[in-house]
Amino acid sequence: MGRSGPGRIIAIAFSSVVVGVISWLCYLAFVDSADTPQSTWRPMSDNTHNIHTVYEIVFWLAAIVFVFILILTLAFTLMFREKEGTTAQQFHGNSKLEAVLLAVPVLIVVAMMVPSFKAIAQNTADPPEGALEVIAIGHQWWFEFQYPELGVTTANELHVPVGRAVSVKLKSADVIHSFWVPQLVGKVDMMPGHENHLWFTPDTARDDAYLAQCAEFCGASHANMRFRVFVDTEVKFDAWTKATLADAAKPATDIVKAGEQQFTLSGCVGCHTVQGNAIAVGKLGPNLTHVGSRTTIASGVLANTPDGLHKWLSNPPAVKPGSKMPNLGLSEDQIQKLTAYLGSLK
Amino acid sequence: MAAAHAEPQHNTTTGIDNRKMLMWVFLASECLFFGSLISTYLIFKGDSITGPLPHDVLDIPLTSTSTFVLLMSSLTMVLAVFGAQHNRLGLMKGMLLATIVLGLAFLGFQVFEFRTFGHEGLNLTTNQFGATFFVLTGLHGTHVGVGVLYLASLLVASGRRNGLGKEVALHVDIAGLYWHFVDIVWIVIFTLIYLIP
Amino acid sequence: MATAVGTLGHTREESTVWKWMTTVDHKKIGALYLITGFTFFLVGGIEATLVRTQLAVPNGTVLDAGLYNQLFTMHALTMIFLAIMPMGAAFFNYFIPLHIGARDVAFPRLNALSYWVLLSGGLILTSSFFFGEAPNAGWFAYAPLTEKEFAPDKGLDFYTVGLFIAGLASLMSSLNFAVTIINMRAPGMTMMRLPVYMWMTLVVAFLLILSLPVITVALVQLYFDRNFGTNFFTPGAGGDPILWQHLFWVFGHPEVYVLILPSMGIVSEVLPVMSRKPLFGYTAIVMAGASIGVLGFGVWSHHMFTTGLGTVPQYVFSASTMAIGVPTGIKVFNWLGTMYGGNIKMTVATYYSIAFVALFTIGGISGVMHASPSVDGQHQDSYFVVAHIHYVLFGGAIMGIFSGLYYWFPKMTGRLLDETLGKIGFWFIFIGMNLTFFPMHFLGLAGMPRRIYTYDAGLGWETWNFVATIGVYIIVVGVALFLVNVFKTFRKPPDAGDDPWGGATLEWATTSPPPEHNFDVVPVVRDRDPVWYNRDHGIVTPEKPAHLHIHMPPPSYFPLVLGIGILLIGVGALSSLAITALGVVVVYYALWGWALEPTE
Repeated sequence: MGRSGPGRIIAIAFSSVVVGVISWLCYLAFVDSADTPQSTWRPMSDNTHNIHTVYEIVFWLAAIVFVFILILTLAFTLMFREKEGTTAQQFHGNSKLEAVLLAVPVLIVVAMMVPSFKAIAQNTADPPEGALEVIAIGHQWWFEFQYPELGVTTANELHVPVGRAVSVKLKSADVIHSFWVPQLVGKVDMMPGHENHLWFTPDTARDDAYLAQCAEFCGASHANMRFRVFVDTEVKFDAWTKATLADAAKPATDIVKAGEQQFTLSGCVGCHTVQGNAIAVGKLGPNLTHVGSRTTIASGVLANTPDGLHKWLSNPPAVKPGSKMPNLGLSEDQIQKLTAYLGSLK
Repeated sequence: MAAAHAEPQHNTTTGIDNRKMLMWVFLASECLFFGSLISTYLIFKGDSITGPLPHDVLDIPLTSTSTFVLLMSSLTMVLAVFGAQHNRLGLMKGMLLATIVLGLAFLGFQVFEFRTFGHEGLNLTTNQFGATFFVLTGLHGTHVGVGVLYLASLLVASGRRNGLGKEVALHVDIAGLYWHFVDIVWIVIFTLIYLIP
Repeated sequence: MATAVGTLGHTREESTVWKWMTTVDHKKIGALYLITGFTFFLVGGIEATLVRTQLAVPNGTVLDAGLYNQLFTMHALTMIFLAIMPMGAAFFNYFIPLHIGARDVAFPRLNALSYWVLLSGGLILTSSFFFGEAPNAGWFAYAPLTEKEFAPDKGLDFYTVGLFIAGLASLMSSLNFAVTIINMRAPGMTMMRLPVYMWMTLVVAFLLILSLPVITVALVQLYFDRNFGTNFFTPGAGGDPILWQHLFWVFGHPEVYVLILPSMGIVSEVLPVMSRKPLFGYTAIVMAGASIGVLGFGVWSHHMFTTGLGTVPQYVFSASTMAIGVPTGIKVFNWLGTMYGGNIKMTVATYYSIAFVALFTIGGISGVMHASPSVDGQHQDSYFVVAHIHYVLFGGAIMGIFSGLYYWFPKMTGRLLDETLGKIGFWFIFIGMNLTFFPMHFLGLAGMPRRIYTYDAGLGWETWNFVATIGVYIIVVGVALFLVNVFKTFRKPPDAGDDPWGGATLEWATTSPPPEHNFDVVPVVRDRDPVWYNRDHGIVTPEKPAHLHIHMPPPSYFPLVLGIGILLIGVGALSSLAITALGVVVVYYALWGWALEPTE
């Protein structure tokens, strides 16, 4: 492939094909990755739609630059490879061309800046009137959610109604965490000593949870600090609120009763609140009033099944390194009782 | 300090001696060092949860005196440089000594001030004022201390048989740059901490 | 070199080890930096390989959370402060005087001191592994996770002390380099005739001179918080964790340019020489480099878009960050312009340089993507950012360093590295690098956060994590081939000649390796590409004078002693005051000896 006439065209064509194929494969992989549960490319709220609008512009501009530069790099390499009997053209630059080339990145940057600025304004605006207030508090390593107007406190599973703005105040009880639900809202950090805010209006109710996890490194079990957001229909959300406001279910069977006693004897009450249980008023760990109705335990690390509870209770730090809940050295019998009790707290 | 003596020393590209340029560039770095410390002080101003607060402990007349002492040391430093440049080595040595004494006096004031604050219940851990104040002024004091050692070394060296040699003016001049810089930083600190309420 | 040690006038035969320990020759110090930096590059590579092995499959069991967090933290610290920066400093050391036509740097002993202090900092940081308490809070060490309450073991003290000392070393070498480039240029070497590599070096030196004091202050404050009970970054007692982030990134962002600019400089030397034509748009590329340096100080808060900065700072820092894309784009166009119309000799150095242009472009454009704060809400702390930084630092900085290694190895040793083996190694590193880091874009898009030691199956992350891990092992093979190449090359006789590539800059006008005094006769510079100018105008380098006697600064052990003193102060800061006191005494002794030592 040479540096003049047909050789040049062949070099450019060859490079275009190679770079084109590679880019196409990359694009397919991007599209494929977009269809995953925690994808950032499946906007399901006004907030993520705003982000996605910018994202698409930025992504395609970047893709064009990527393809263009890679084709030129490869084509120039092929065209101007050392050859017998040729010499390099001696020139130091080209003022006109350089001025044009200065304009290219300037235009690209401006094209990215304008929509970016618009999205900043949208996503930092005040939440609309009548938004549902939620306070989210990051703990090492779980999320606490409070609904001040409803009087509800829960952990690791956030329920919100579809179509209504949710305004979240972000706090931290210890170190920096970050609140991020890729399909519902871009991340904002939970800073100790500061209060941050975000809001979003989910647009699709569904039974499957929106998956999320802490996005700021927060110590040993950062990887195990996950949470779920359930976007419910209005009716379902009201039912959930009602159920959650109620006191914990009274023990109905012997083993559950024994489990409730064990819950006190093992000192669980020191860290966990169970509404309706007068001595279980601890605040250090998650509120367990309706833990039985959650889909997961241990901040989304284990399924909320007897097996999962068993695994967790027999040695919490083994599931979640550094866990503030120590290994209580429970016997098999004690674990059975506690599992029955916790499972009954629907 | 060592320089590439393979090249004649005075023959640098800019005409400025390497060592002098080194000091200038170093002081540029020091500007950011003190800038960060002073910014920290200003950011935490008013963030103290418990006392004592600045107006409880700061003794402005006393510190004005120590500031005056430090300013005077800049004057004596100027005279020392003058002496060195005009080959009046007696003047130079005398003024270096005076600068050292004034620098030590300033440090004495600072030790006294720190002790007094300690008695009044302010230390590093008391509150944000204590932490930022002691770290900022302490590191400034360390710079003054280093300066005193620097000047003392020059003074001792100039008393040796060969003295400081041909380059005496240069050595004293460079030390002067450092000394004046440390003085100027103090003026900024004095204004921001003591004078502006 | 002379075997006599000039220190205190003694003359005696010295062992090779002692010669290296007391050397003040910039070339020997450069070699020390290079060996040290490459060793730490291997250490950081082992750390990375372990990290990737853990992540190869969901719920990996190779490492536990504690060790994983130490390893990813130390991987970053090792690669940034102990591998890339020292390898950059190695080439600075070796080639600043050669490029500007000087006999040595401005302060040879300070130069030696910088190396020993850097080594001290590296040893302190790395030794933390032997105590099982390596830093484990990320290289950014966000408070309050780094405070005593949440990190009671010594790891973060190793971090503060180690970085403080490594920073001191970088500050000293930067001061030295800045003075050398400004003040010790050969006759005719005006600023606008400086090789681009020298310009980038100068920008890097000033970036470090102005940013290191800021991180120093932050490290002092963190050390005080942890050891003396202050509350600079402790919320609740009036402190503010955001202050740490500001101080860290005011340093941390210029630091990114400190890592990449030297490689931009190397590529700007290699491409014109191999293309057999002058650099396209010298002035533009110099101005672009300088403006990247200046703008680099005005963008730090883009690392903090998610911390609740508020609306206006988001506009400002978004705009300034995107603006950096402009000079960066200019550079890419100029490198392409340099290749255009050339007669490109396809050496291994050329391969790495061209790879740099392509891979750095990918890292550059993904960087501009998350300059948009909203997009950053999805990118920040996800694997997309991991992909981005590795395209800039591996695809950029490391590719540039490999290019420099192949380009300058013959100058430094008199021997050419094997080209065939080099090309095989290149393809391993190039393919491995892309297999490792490109899939991370997909992982970030699929919502995978960074710094997680484990993940569940079913999130669509399995395939690409596995591919990324395979990629790392391919890189390992590539690096191993490079080492084989080096060992092989040292076993053959010198074969390079003085100027194997037909170079344009002054290092090619002297022997390979250069004599201790670099040039027999100080060159006179008449053009930006002095060697080519002399070739084209038939100007012959003057003959070596018959009785050549050039006085070079004698070796000195005081830099080493001073370095040991600083090491002792650092060790004392981690253990007991007595050792610190001993260190202070050693430092004072060394300074006194230093000052009185004859250098003539």
